[in-house]
Amino acid sequence: MKILVCIKQVPDMESRFKLNAEGTWYNDQDLAWRMNEYDEYAVEQAVQLREQLGDGEIVVVSVGPDRVKEAMKKALAMGADRGVHIKDDASHEKDPFQIAAAIAAYAADEKFDVTFTGMQSQDRGSAQVGVLLAAHLGMQAVTTIIEFSHEGGMTTVHRELEGGLKAVVRVPLPALFSCQLGLNTPRYPTLPNIMKAKKKELLTLQMADLLKASALTTTDETRYPEKRGGGLVLEGDVADQVSQLMTILKEKTAVLK
Amino acid sequence: MKAILVAESRQGTLLPGSYETLAFAEKIVAEPVMFLVGSQASLPAFPGRLYLADADVAGEYNPEEHLRLLQEVVAKEAPQIIVFLHSSYGWDLAPRLAFALGAGQVSEVVDCQEGAMVVPACNSKLRRVVRSSGDVTVVTLQAGAFSLANEPGGSPQVELLESRHDGQVEFLAYEAGELGGVDLSKAEIVVSAGRGIGKPENLAMVEALAKALGGEYGASRPVVDAGWAEHTRQVGSTGQTVSPKLYVACGISGAIQHLAGMKKSEFVVAINTDRDAPIGEVADVLVVADLKQFLPALTARLSA
Repeated sequence: MKILVCIKQVPDMESRFKLNAEGTWYNDQDLAWRMNEYDEYAVEQAVQLREQLGDGEIVVVSVGPDRVKEAMKKALAMGADRGVHIKDDASHEKDPFQIAAAIAAYAADEKFDVTFTGMQSQDRGSAQVGVLLAAHLGMQAVTTIIEFSHEGGMTTVHRELEGGLKAVVRVPLPALFSCQLGLNTPRYPTLPNIMKAKKKELLTLQMADLLKASALTTTDETRYPEKRGGGLVLEGDVADQVSQLMTILKEKTAVLK
Repeated sequence: MKAILVAESRQGTLLPGSYETLAFAEKIVAEPVMFLVGSQASLPAFPGRLYLADADVAGEYNPEEHLRLLQEVVAKEAPQIIVFLHSSYGWDLAPRLAFALGAGQVSEVVDCQEGAMVVPACNSKLRRVVRSSGDVTVVTLQAGAFSLANEPGGSPQVELLESRHDGQVEFLAYEAGELGGVDLSKAEIVVSAGRGIGKPENLAMVEALAKALGGEYGASRPVVDAGWAEHTRQVGSTGQTVSPKLYVACGISGAIQHLAGMKKSEFVVAINTDRDAPIGEVADVLVVADLKQFLPALTARLSA
């Protein structure tokens, strides 16, 4: 079985974001980068599926500048077999349709049986690339899965709906699955596996060679949200913060006598 | 401008969030036409044209068939915009339609300005203004971002669509979430733990504060996913919705899915080391502090 996992490298969401010079996205300097959280579940599910089957190959693909190879190395250390880096220093200017088109251009000839993606990225959050990739490749997609099982050629997944409800869905392969948080417990790469990952193949392809499609959406600007104000911020010494909060709770709420 | 509004039905009942698409159509001053795979027995209160396909035949989750039905409606109506909710139904179906139409999609819209859409980025720390370049645009709306000024009224003029039960994706069953446990929706005080508690042992500090306040403790999704708290204590769009007199968010960044479950709280206190955390947007008081120092100090004062 051939398994594809699509991952994205994103900034730590606790970062203090500055805007880029054009005002179209965040400034990517001085940020701590990591693998998109949803994608860690995608990598883990791929590794678990291969462990269950006892054989198969896992390819991890990522789009972006050279720094995204760090996230790919983590996926390789978690158990992916080889990596395909679609190099694009301006990937933040591509829209979801283009990102999906570029990955599809690579994946079309590889005939993957199963593709896992995160259900969305933590920075853009469009939740489109996975479904669009499946559409480009003419295969089915099931989004937001929190359980996955593969028995006798059929794949059964649980989709997470609102309010705790789940939908149990069966789909034949090839298919793409977008992974929701909690699908599994992503493993930490062990030191020997991190060393082994350094020797795994990591091929670089150029975005310009893969992408023929134009963007369907464009970004006018990126800005900070309007502050609603009103909220009080307490900083400083803990004992003072406690006293101030106690006073506020007594005045503003009926819960403290 | 004409808008196709994609309503949602679940287990035979229209989902009330469907009216948010109507509020959006009002905001952009578009002629609304509704689409629903649902039931005659649970129609939206809407005085316009409604294309209805029978969910008993098509299935409530059957993306290929829902896509085919929607394309049929789009071909008849030639809309400029097709509006979904950013929900488990909308984010699954919207990109399929966008692809089929060759249209651009803008996801999780919270506002619109001069023909462009405003969407959140980076856990709501940024806003992006996005424009679709084609003649047709597909959008998904963030839950709760648009609401009708008045109660919806009227009955739709129903046009029945003939549905089939085709499709490779086979819906087998719905499965309810775990039952039992604590009903947080009735609690007057809820103290919730987020990822910021750092490790499972620290949940005890949150429980202790909840006890000192005479309330219940809850948890955000990452804490439940990590197995540190039971699912029945999860607050948010995939857990419980709470509306206490006091909500204390401990180390919760404030992802939209969490806010959806607690924003009706009367008074919100957030404790976080990140002064820019989006929870600050809904908090009446944001305490910038380390939980490990602040929570025991507050609990001690309350218990004194």
